[in-house]
Amino acid sequence: MESLTLSDVEQKYYSELFLSCDVDNAKKVASNGKVLDLFRSAQLSTEVVHQITELCGATRLGHFGRSQFYIALKLIALAQSGLPLRVESLNSVRDLPLPRFVMGKNDQESRHAVMYADTENQGPYSGVIPRPPARVQGKKVSAHEMIQPCVPTVDPQPDTTSPVVSPHQSPPTSPHAWRKHKRQASGGNVERQASVPGVVWPPFREAQPAPVTGDGMWSAHSPPPVQESWVSFTDTPPSSTLPMHPSSAQPESTTVRTTNENQRQGSGYDDPWKITDEQRQYYINQFKTIQADLTGLIPGSAAKEFFTKSKLPILELSHIWELSDFDKDGALTLDEFCAAFHLVVARKNGYDLPEKLPESLMPKLIDLDDSAGVPEPAPEVGFSASPVEDTPNKSPSMPSLNQTWPELNQNNEDTAIVHPVPIRMTPSKIHMQEMELKRTGSDHTHPTSPLMVKPPELPDETKLAATIKYPSATVGDGYSSSDSFSSDQEPISSAVNRQRSQSGASPEGLKVVAPPPPPPRPNASHSRSSSLDMNRTFAAVPAAGSQQAGVVAFPPAVPPRPLPTQTSMPHGHRSVEGDALPAHTSTSPQLMPEQPNFADFSQFQAFAVDPPADDGEKSDSGQAERCAEGAEMMRTVKNEVHPEERTAATVNSAKVSTPLAPPPKPVRRRLKSEDELRPDTEDLPQKSNVIATVLATQPSIPRSIGKDKKAIQASIRRNKETNTVLARLNSELQQQLKDLLEERISLEVQLEQLRPFSHL
Amino acid sequence: MAVCIAVIAKENYPLYIRSVPTQGELKFHYTVHTSLDVVEEKISGVGKALADQRELYLGLLYPTEDYKVYGYVTNSKVKFVIVVDSSNTSLRDNEIRSMFRKLHNSFTDVMCNPFYNPGDQIQSKAFDSIVSAMMVQAC
Repeated sequence: MESLTLSDVEQKYYSELFLSCDVDNAKKVASNGKVLDLFRSAQLSTEVVHQITELCGATRLGHFGRSQFYIALKLIALAQSGLPLRVESLNSVRDLPLPRFVMGKNDQESRHAVMYADTENQGPYSGVIPRPPARVQGKKVSAHEMIQPCVPTVDPQPDTTSPVVSPHQSPPTSPHAWRKHKRQASGGNVERQASVPGVVWPPFREAQPAPVTGDGMWSAHSPPPVQESWVSFTDTPPSSTLPMHPSSAQPESTTVRTTNENQRQGSGYDDPWKITDEQRQYYINQFKTIQADLTGLIPGSAAKEFFTKSKLPILELSHIWELSDFDKDGALTLDEFCAAFHLVVARKNGYDLPEKLPESLMPKLIDLDDSAGVPEPAPEVGFSASPVEDTPNKSPSMPSLNQTWPELNQNNEDTAIVHPVPIRMTPSKIHMQEMELKRTGSDHTHPTSPLMVKPPELPDETKLAATIKYPSATVGDGYSSSDSFSSDQEPISSAVNRQRSQSGASPEGLKVVAPPPPPPRPNASHSRSSSLDMNRTFAAVPAAGSQQAGVVAFPPAVPPRPLPTQTSMPHGHRSVEGDALPAHTSTSPQLMPEQPNFADFSQFQAFAVDPPADDGEKSDSGQAERCAEGAEMMRTVKNEVHPEERTAATVNSAKVSTPLAPPPKPVRRRLKSEDELRPDTEDLPQKSNVIATVLATQPSIPRSIGKDKKAIQASIRRNKETNTVLARLNSELQQQLKDLLEERISLEVQLEQLRPFSHL
Repeated sequence: MAVCIAVIAKENYPLYIRSVPTQGELKFHYTVHTSLDVVEEKISGVGKALADQRELYLGLLYPTEDYKVYGYVTNSKVKFVIVVDSSNTSLRDNEIRSMFRKLHNSFTDVMCNPFYNPGDQIQSKAFDSIVSAMMVQAC
């Protein structure tokens, strides 16, 4: 909407009109009833008046703010001049005559009427009921009666036409008709006026004529003439279900006034999509009829039956479902159900469905209703702006969706919702949420679920760990930590290759989740993990059942003793920097990866024989590195183990601690047997080794030529693979980021467009 | 950016087909139809390990001089076909994969809607918006 420029005369005229309609002296909002009557008195057809209300933005706001009022007046002037109603013409048409209102208008009378209204009416309409019959004589009264609908009427006598003063002469007969109509329909007048500000059901109960229905359509903050639909929809009596005011059977002004006040107090700008307390209570009761547990879910089939009763076309019901099923699980929580019900009701009353879920219907953001001060565009356009900004702020603070539910429930006006959905927070749901968010940009403030959050990771890891469990289980407790590590490995490799059979979300989620955690871990438990890789690899790719069993059998035998030493030795090794004694280094690494070295040994023994000269190199290099990288330690271990294997005597002699003595021998034996068993799997240990070390150690340790070349090449290959995977992930995330940024920009633009009107 | 996106049901009738309107739609319909043969060939070719081993992403089905056709099949034998312009060389494989993944996610959302009967034309606006986002930003 463009900003409205008014000439001085217009400005003055409009402000006076606004004052006259401003019954509550709020100076901000004109009461709907008066405004609507005023518009009607402009002698435009109902459709035109509807259109005007829509154009000026009152439908979306639910009431007439000053700006809306002025725009509406200008549009009335346009319509009366016979020009088409266009928003652009608001400013472009100059020299537009002032809008005419049949009641006639005068500055004095307007003020007088205002004063009158204030004094006479506690509520805008309370006076109407007793007064008209009693005070036929007073011209003021009659004028007042007319004034009620916020038109400052002038004409005292019913017959004279001249006093119907408007800046432009209005046709003489119309005032007659108007007044007569008003007079005779005094009873109806009451109702009509009473109905206008949003009292929904009295008109219905009294079978009001059509215009009332139209008014009811307008004035509602929430879908107004819902009784009909209610009645057809369910059997509950309308009056009990949809009171727009808290008090039930009073069409009187007090209720109207209180309604207006309540709604005004409730939120800064009334949101047409906001659910009132009464409505919410009704929805909750309906929910209970389907699902007794308020924290439970309504399955899709039950919901389908229920909403089919509303007799909306399936396509629209489908769209409503899409909007309201927030987490896309095929079931409705209480909040989702209320939102869906609200949308159905709105649709039945002629409101078009929004493209995106309105903020006030968001299941998680119910407590943010009042903060949405930005006037929203017409319902069919959909709500976008502020919710988006809100939720992204909110979401990062939510470590998991679990926590949002109880938090919101505390703020929620409806305390019947106790504890919705810890149950539903499965990783797949979170991923669906992520997907939803990514797909819809902001999609109306779907909380951008944490992309890099730990909790979703763990389930993924456990998922994967479960698949990997069987080899690792045999290894023993010592490797439990490395289980998770190795499972971290899994996401990276398997996400590319294997886990396609899982839901589409999970590999992506794994990818999203995987990259951050793995790097730290390998450093900590590298050696064990590498051994675990070996074991897992062996187990995963069984050359033969016996082989597998054989491999698996080996590790468990050793674990108990070396474990304590392993844990201690790595630290010792790391801390020892100056110790350059080959013997010492040879012992310590040998201690630590007793387990890992099973595979390592086999790996190295499977390779070509290293010249002893390399041993020194390796050990030296291993020491030199000393970055406390687990991989390096392992490599040094490997390197040294290898020569140690060669020089069995030296190995044995090098060992100092007694526990060391026994292990090497059995280890060696096992390794030999392993070698026999797996000459063909040398690549696998190599690969898994490389994988284990890829993330941990990028710097390549200077290796001796020969067999290490293969290792290097393999490591290079693995690195490249990992790089491509990470690059893919990166590109995807970049794309998502771009989408989100674009969405944000578009929303900001919309916000900018809307902002000028909020200041008028 | 795709030029045409189609969703084909298990019985090989289209549930959803959309192409950038500037080019002849009929041509794309025909292309998608012929690509179904290639899809069938690929999914029936996996003799040994069944669905769990089979990749959902089928990759490039066949290239022509004008465009390339990529395929993706779900476990319920619903096929997605994306036709991209051959001149668009910057489109990498993983991008196609991500497009398919998004399609699949949207499709599951549509399926979750109880008001959607499997076998109906897909008329979901959310799905439409996802597809539009992936199409070539033409016209």
